[in-house]
Amino acid sequence: MNQPEKKIFILFRGLGALGEQSLYILTDLGRMGTFLFFALVGLFKRPFRFRELLKQLAFIGAGSFSVIFFTALSSGMVLGLQGYYSLNKFGAEGMLGSAVSLTLIMELGPILTALMVTGRAGSSMCAEIGIMRISEQIDALECMAIDPFRYLISPKFLAVLISVPLLTAVFDVVGLMGGYLTGVLLKGVNSGSFFNGMQQSVTNHDIRMGVIKSVVFALLLVWISTGRGYFVQKIRGAGFGAESVSKVTTQAVVLSSISVLIFDYLLTAVLL
Amino acid sequence: MVLDRVSFSVPQGLTTVIAGGSGQGKSVILKLILGLLRPDSGQVLVGEQDVTTMGYRALQELRMRFGVLFQGSALFDSLTVFENIALPLRERTGLSSEEIHNRVAATLDQLELTGHEEKFPAQLSGGMKKRVGLARALQLEPKIVLFDEPTTGLDPVMTKEIYELFAVTQKKMGYTAVIVSHDIPQIFSLADQIILLNKGELDVFADADQIPHSSKPFIREFARMVMGQQVP
Repeated sequence: MNQPEKKIFILFRGLGALGEQSLYILTDLGRMGTFLFFALVGLFKRPFRFRELLKQLAFIGAGSFSVIFFTALSSGMVLGLQGYYSLNKFGAEGMLGSAVSLTLIMELGPILTALMVTGRAGSSMCAEIGIMRISEQIDALECMAIDPFRYLISPKFLAVLISVPLLTAVFDVVGLMGGYLTGVLLKGVNSGSFFNGMQQSVTNHDIRMGVIKSVVFALLLVWISTGRGYFVQKIRGAGFGAESVSKVTTQAVVLSSISVLIFDYLLTAVLL
Repeated sequence: MVLDRVSFSVPQGLTTVIAGGSGQGKSVILKLILGLLRPDSGQVLVGEQDVTTMGYRALQELRMRFGVLFQGSALFDSLTVFENIALPLRERTGLSSEEIHNRVAATLDQLELTGHEEKFPAQLSGGMKKRVGLARALQLEPKIVLFDEPTTGLDPVMTKEIYELFAVTQKKMGYTAVIVSHDIPQIFSLADQIILLNKGELDVFADADQIPHSSKPFIREFARMVMGQQVP
């Protein structure tokens, strides 16, 4: 093969790889889109698995309480200290309550709750469903004419959609407590001005924004976590067996976290 | 391509054994029959119905007529033996809890699993897992039962026990059995029809003695290797 032919060969090989990768991404998006559709339809199918929902609520919701509590307390305390340091430069410590509450309700509450739940429950859901897939348990459900979406996926969707907004509310309240601890009790900001600033600045719009964000993040994290586990055998480069579940679980956590961060910007830009 | 121009029929109420080496596409045939995989071309007929063109609901209805024993038993890790066996009854029938309890208890007794109902799959031996898998597969009284490598990983005594169990349950329930296995030639003792699969090519026999006389060289070679018989 002479030099020009070699160049053409390399060019075509590169184009081929690009086309193949694009087709894979399109197929994957289609697969995940169909998965989301069936998971949402599964929410309305009967018989409803109420006990499974309670089990998932206990695991995803109640089980995440402690990690949310400590993350919120730490974030609130840091916000209190940082806020005091910055506002003190302008003699505006009285605005601390306003700064802490707005930051927590509109931004940190929804995003940190989603990231914590992704790390704790998203990874677990992905691994559980992935193992069920490779050990043919999902095939067994289909062979018994049991809809795997209604039986397995949709209760997880509902539990996450209920838990994450509630955990976000817990995060906000505990974070405010943390801000109060450092700002008022440690740095001596006036308690009345802390609460007054909070009351004056937080509007229904801000709370609504926090709630919308938490619901969207919940949907993203449960969709990606369960979807990657469900398609564990179809994900390129994942390998086989236990290794595939491990790789896909890592991928699910990374993808969920990145999606949450991207959607955080988009929602802020649209809703602010 | 795993399977190419594969064509055969399964006689009703009898046992068909699909045998061949690993990676020959035996389990793929079962997944095609169940509609878990769709072929690139061709038909898979169950009675008059073509599985390859069926919609979701029709496929669900059809699958109610099947029972499947998976290679690894595919028991649900988080459910007990009792819950595993009761699952198809709870999900697919309108039976009361008492009726389900009685039916599962009877099955447990028949398959000598009484006393193990509260155990989880991880606490069971390989043979017991197969028996629980079989119990679950038979709960909806299927017309067709598919067995995917039912004796893989079992010792010879347990393998014999499982074969006896198949024979007993089939005689009692009269289902059509399709058994995929590489346990050659032992598995042939159960067969009313043998399908040998090698390198995408297959041949059908009424009994094991006919295998070395196949017109297909691949099959004769396969028989010589695995059954130690002379090629005529």
